Amino acid sequence: MPFTHLDKLEAEAIYIFREVAAECERPVMLYSIGKDSSVMLHLALKAFYPEKPPFPFLHIDTGWKFQEMTAFRDKRAAELGVNMLVYRNEKAISEGINPFDHGAAYTDILKTQALKAALEQYGFTAAFGGGRRDEEKSRAKERIFSFRNERHAWDPKNQRPEMWKLYNTKINKGESIRVFPISNWTEKDVWQYIARESIPIVPLYFAAERPVVCRDGNIIMADDDRMRFLPGEKPAVKKVRFRTLGCYPLTGGVESEADTLEAVIAETLSAATSERTSRVIDNEAAGSMERRKREGYF
Amino acid sequence: MELLKFITCGSVDDGKSTLIGHILYDAKLLYADQEQALILDSRVGSRGGAIDYSLLLDGLTAEREQGITIDVAYRYFTTDRRSFIVADTPGHEEYTRNMAVGASFADLAVILVDATRGVLAQTKRHARICALMGIEHFAFAVNKMDLTGYSEASFRDISKQIAALSDELRLSEKVIIPVSATEGDNVTKLGGNMPWYTGKALLDFLETAEIRAAAEQGFVMPVQRVCRPDHTFRGFQGQIEAGGVAVGDEITANPSGETAIVKSIHIAELSASEAKPGQPVTIQLDREVDVSRGCVFSRSTELKIAKELAATLLWMDEKSLISGHDYLIKLGTRLLPAVVAGIRDKVDVNTGEELPADFVGKNDIVRCTLVLSEPAVLDEFRLHKTLGAFILIDRVSHATAACGVVEKAVSPADQSKRQYPDSFDIPIDRGFLHIRDGKAAGFGARDESLPVHPLGGEEGNGFRLLCLWEKDAEVEYAI
Repeated sequence: MPFTHLDKLEAEAIYIFREVAAECERPVMLYSIGKDSSVMLHLALKAFYPEKPPFPFLHIDTGWKFQEMTAFRDKRAAELGVNMLVYRNEKAISEGINPFDHGAAYTDILKTQALKAALEQYGFTAAFGGGRRDEEKSRAKERIFSFRNERHAWDPKNQRPEMWKLYNTKINKGESIRVFPISNWTEKDVWQYIARESIPIVPLYFAAERPVVCRDGNIIMADDDRMRFLPGEKPAVKKVRFRTLGCYPLTGGVESEADTLEAVIAETLSAATSERTSRVIDNEAAGSMERRKREGYF
Repeated sequence: MELLKFITCGSVDDGKSTLIGHILYDAKLLYADQEQALILDSRVGSRGGAIDYSLLLDGLTAEREQGITIDVAYRYFTTDRRSFIVADTPGHEEYTRNMAVGASFADLAVILVDATRGVLAQTKRHARICALMGIEHFAFAVNKMDLTGYSEASFRDISKQIAALSDELRLSEKVIIPVSATEGDNVTKLGGNMPWYTGKALLDFLETAEIRAAAEQGFVMPVQRVCRPDHTFRGFQGQIEAGGVAVGDEITANPSGETAIVKSIHIAELSASEAKPGQPVTIQLDREVDVSRGCVFSRSTELKIAKELAATLLWMDEKSLISGHDYLIKLGTRLLPAVVAGIRDKVDVNTGEELPADFVGKNDIVRCTLVLSEPAVLDEFRLHKTLGAFILIDRVSHATAACGVVEKAVSPADQSKRQYPDSFDIPIDRGFLHIRDGKAAGFGARDESLPVHPLGGEEGNGFRLLCLWEKDAEVEYAI
C-alpha cells in the first residue's frame, strides 16, 4: 500500500501526540465536539494504542452548544472510557451572560476566560487543540507548538523557531504550550480522513430538516426555547447542515441536500467559500483572530 | 495523492509572497471569500487598487502595516497532479531564523532572485541555510523579468551568478526559471514574453519534480516512549526514520548494544507483519532489554555513540553564543545537557570564507565542538538526518537558541590522539594546574577531575578545558 499524503499527515500528528505525552508534565486535550476534535480524539487513541491516551480531555461548555453536541460528547466519552472534564463558567452563566445580548463579551467570558480558568484550575502545562493553518491567515503563521506566556497570550512577532520535528517543550512556571497536531491538514484532508477511518461525527454535519431563521446572510437554528426571535421572525423548516459547530445562536448553517458522508465531501470539495465564513465572530475586521489569540483565545 | 512540501525564499522585496499569491490566484485555488478579502485588503494596500497578491500570505497585522513578511506562513493547495504545502518565508535578515524554520520543513526550495539586482548576500544566505537544513532540490526563480524588458541577456548573466553559488554549495539539483510574479509570466503557464526560454513554467516544475525519498542506510527508529498499559504488554513507540522492519528481525537497541527479536509490530493501532519508513509504530521485543525514551533501534547500519561532536550551528537567539556555556540539546528523541566547548569559525554567508568567531550573534552560522553530558546515539546528518539534526535550548529562558547538524562524531579513539603528554603542569595566575592522565586534576582547594578537549584539526597541539571554578570560563592552552 503506498504511503499517501493522508498517511503522512497522520504520522506527523501521532508523532506530536507522543512527544507531548513523553515530555510535557500535565497535558490535556481540548475537545470541542466538532469534526476536528473527532479526528484529534481518533488520532490520540491511535497514537498510544494499546494504552488509553495518557491525559484527560477538556470541554469548555458555554451552555449554548447544540443539544446534539453535548449528547454526542457524553456518548463518545462513555464508549471510549476516556476522562472527559467539562468546565463551565457557572458564575457568568447564572448571571445570564448570553450570546444574544452580550456579543463579543459573551465569547470572551464564556470561552476565553473560561478556558484560562480551567487550565489554571487543573494546572495543565500543555493543551492540544484541533486548529489548522488553512482556517485563517493568522493561524497560517502559528507554530505547531505555540508558546503562551503566564497570561496565556500569544506573541506572534516572537515565536520560537520550530526546526525539523525537534519540538522544544521547555517552559517556565506559569507558562504553557498550545499544541496543534493537525496544523498541516486542510478541511478536505479532515473530511477524507473521517471517511477513510469511519470516524463518528455529530449528526449536525449532515443535512436534515431543521427549524431555522435567516439573519444577515447566516442561517441560524432554533435549537431550544431560549432562542430569541426578532419582531415578526418565525422559524422555517429547511434542509440544512453545518460545516462548523459552536454555540447554536452564533453558528451559521448552509442549505444542503448532503445527508451522507460522500455527499458532504463532494459538496466540500466544490465549495466556493472557506468554512470559517459561517462562524459569525470571524467576520470582523481583518486581524480579529490574531487579536483574540493575543488575548488568550485558543 | 503525493504531497510536496516546499518553501519560497530569497531577499526582501524579491516578490516571494506575490509569487505564491499569484499561483494560488491563477490556479483558481482560492476560496471565493478569501478572494473577496484580498480585493478588500488591496484597497488599503500598497499597489494602489490593483490586487496585491502578497496580502494573501502576510497574515499578521504588523506584517500588513509594515508591508513585510515577518514569519513563515503555510499555505495548502492541490492541483490535478499533486498536493502542496508551501512555506512562504521572510526575506529580511532580521527574520532569518523564521526562514530557517520553513527550510527545515521543506523538500524543495524556490529561491527568488530579483532580475534587476542579481544574486545578493541574502540570496546566498538563504541558499546556504537551505543546503544546511538538508534540502536537495532547488528552483531559482529569476523574478521581475518584466522590469528588464524580458531581457535574455540579463537572465543569462544572473544564471551565471546562480551557477557559481550552486557550485560553491554543491547543490545537487537545480533549475533556473525566468518569471514575473506580478504579471504572471512562466508562473502557472509559459508566457509569450520570453520566447527564448524553453524550460517549464514554475508550477509545472513543482508538479513534476521528482523527490527521491532519502535513501538512508539500514533500519533506524528513535524510541519516543514506552507503552505499558498493563504488565502483559511492553511496547516501544516511535516513527521509523529509515529502512523497514519485520516481525522476526533481529534489531539492536542503542546505546546498550543489546539485541532482540521483533515479536510484534503495530502501525498505529493495527497489527502488522512489517512496517516502512515514516510509519508510526509500536514494537514489542522477545526479551527484556534496557530501552527507554532517547534510545534508538537499528539494524544493518552502524550508528555512532559519542559524547563529543563537530557541528555546524545556525545561531538563532538574541543572546549571543558563549563558548563554554551549557545548553540542553534535543537530538532525535533525546534531551540532555551539552556544552559548546569550542567555536572553530564563523562562515561568511556571502563568500563562504571561514572567519574568526570572536563574537557569535543571531543568524550567524558557526562551526563548533559540542560535548554532551553523557554519550548519545547519533550520526552524521548526511547519513541519517533525524540522528544528525539537533536544537540547543537555553537553560534559563528555554528559548530555542540554535539549530544544527552533526558533521562528525568524535569517537573515543580520536579523543585519545592527543598531541600533548598525558601528565604535565600549566602555569596559571594562581599557581599551577596539574594535568594527570589527560584530565585536569585539582587546583587550589578544589580537587576534581575535569574533561580536557583537544583542539581539533590544523590547530594541532593544544586543548581547551572548562575552568568551572572561574565562572564557567573556558580556557585554552597551546603547548
